[in-house]
Amino acid sequence: MSKIKPSKGAPYARIMGVGGYRPTRVVPNEVILEKIDSSDEWIRSRSGIATRHWASDEETVAAMSIEASGKAIADAGITAEQIGAVVVSTVSHFQQTPAIATYIADQLGTDKAAAFDISAGCAGFGYGLTLAKGMVVEGSAEHVLVIGVERLSDLTDLEDRATAFLFGDGAGAVVVGPATEPAIGPTVWGSEGDKSDTIKQTVAWNDFRLGDVSKLPLDSKGDVKFPAITQEGQAVFRWAVFEMAKVAQNALDAAGITPDDLDVFIPHQANMRIIDSMVKTLKLPEHVTVARDIETTGNTSAASIPLAMERLLATGEAKSGDTALVIGFGAGLVYAATVVTLP
Amino acid sequence: MAATQEEIVAGLAEIVNEIAGIPVEDVQLDKSFTDDLDVDSLSMVEVVVAAEERFDVKIPDEDVKNLKTVGDATDYIQKHQG
Ligand SMILES: CC(C)(COP(=O)(O)OP(=O)(O)OC[C@H]1O[C@@H](n2cnc3c(N)ncnc32)[C@H](O)[C@@H]1OP(=O)(O)O)[C@@H](O)C(=O)NCCC(=O)NCCS
Repeated sequence: MSKIKPSKGAPYARIMGVGGYRPTRVVPNEVILEKIDSSDEWIRSRSGIATRHWASDEETVAAMSIEASGKAIADAGITAEQIGAVVVSTVSHFQQTPAIATYIADQLGTDKAAAFDISAGCAGFGYGLTLAKGMVVEGSAEHVLVIGVERLSDLTDLEDRATAFLFGDGAGAVVVGPATEPAIGPTVWGSEGDKSDTIKQTVAWNDFRLGDVSKLPLDSKGDVKFPAITQEGQAVFRWAVFEMAKVAQNALDAAGITPDDLDVFIPHQANMRIIDSMVKTLKLPEHVTVARDIETTGNTSAASIPLAMERLLATGEAKSGDTALVIGFGAGLVYAATVVTLP
Repeated sequence: MAATQEEIVAGLAEIVNEIAGIPVEDVQLDKSFTDDLDVDSLSMVEVVVAAEERFDVKIPDEDVKNLKTVGDATDYIQKHQG
């Protein structure tokens, strides 16, 4: 047997920079109320959402990703040529092949960086971060760009009372690179495919393509509805507040961090009520800054954690070097939690 | 050992107090969670999850909507506690 030279990576990995892009158009609850029987008060009290951003035709998945990535690369203090891999997490890029990551890697000016897309719903950022850390430590890339990007407005049924107000668009990106000390803790992650029906696309693309009207949902005008994200809200809420608090606690334990050691908590921005409940269950002390970006951003799935991270750092509510617990959870069902040092 | 009706009401009162900030003495058998106690549909899920832990019962989502009053919840827990 011939001897194979092992790859050589960095001792540890860290998030070096973060960037975000929020579409120009701000959509208040009043616009949502044009299509559903609801109220501003109900939407705010059940979800904490006041406004969200919806992308224009020009604010494509690629365009938003490139904007966010440019900021993350500048924030990391590196150049695009230093990026060895680009990982894009999205469920709302409507071209199956090729992966959008390759186009983004090229447009950013990377030197033929490895590039691919992943699909892990609202846990996508944590999944991407975990892959990136592995690549940096294993040595297949010195710097990895992780992008969470969504145009969920394209997958929202504006006549569905249970989801019309929830979703938003945007992109968030981080650069992961080498570190001399641990700055990304162990990931606690997993999937619960037995609950795959609780958040899903209403109609599979193929059934939509076949166009059998008897099997497809119709809108109020009798036209076939475009596929959208649907969910069993109560079941998801129960799972999130109960099971995800445990996962978050496990991530703290795995990193050897107590709630007292923590500076910042950045949960996936799914619903303010889920965030409030987790804060309570985890018994986070007053001094912990909690990301509540959902109020003005809505639920942007894979983009929500890096977007919230960027905003906390930009406003000064969090600072570089702070210890932050991040947890993503959603369609799959899937989840991923870890403790990181903020860039 | 199975909890008595009185113990269950007292337990629910503590849970509702913790989740919705309602004074424990307001939590009575005839009170409706949503109309009298300011427990909305999402807080109700939290109440149910807390009650499941405390009284060792399983309350599936489809049963939650039938628990309109504190009395409904108390009866349910008495019948189903393990
Ligand atoms: C979506 C969500 C806010 C809905 O809240 P809910 O309490 O479960 O809503 P329900 O469908 O049970 O409805 C409760 C009541 O509000 C009413 N309602 C539902 N949607 C409404 C709306 N948009 N506006 C006003 N009232 C509404 C219902 O008619 C019902 O009234 P009733 O009790 O008089 O019949 C909530 O389930 C949720 O956020 N779940 C988690 C979802 C999530 O975060 N998903 C993403 C994870 S990545």
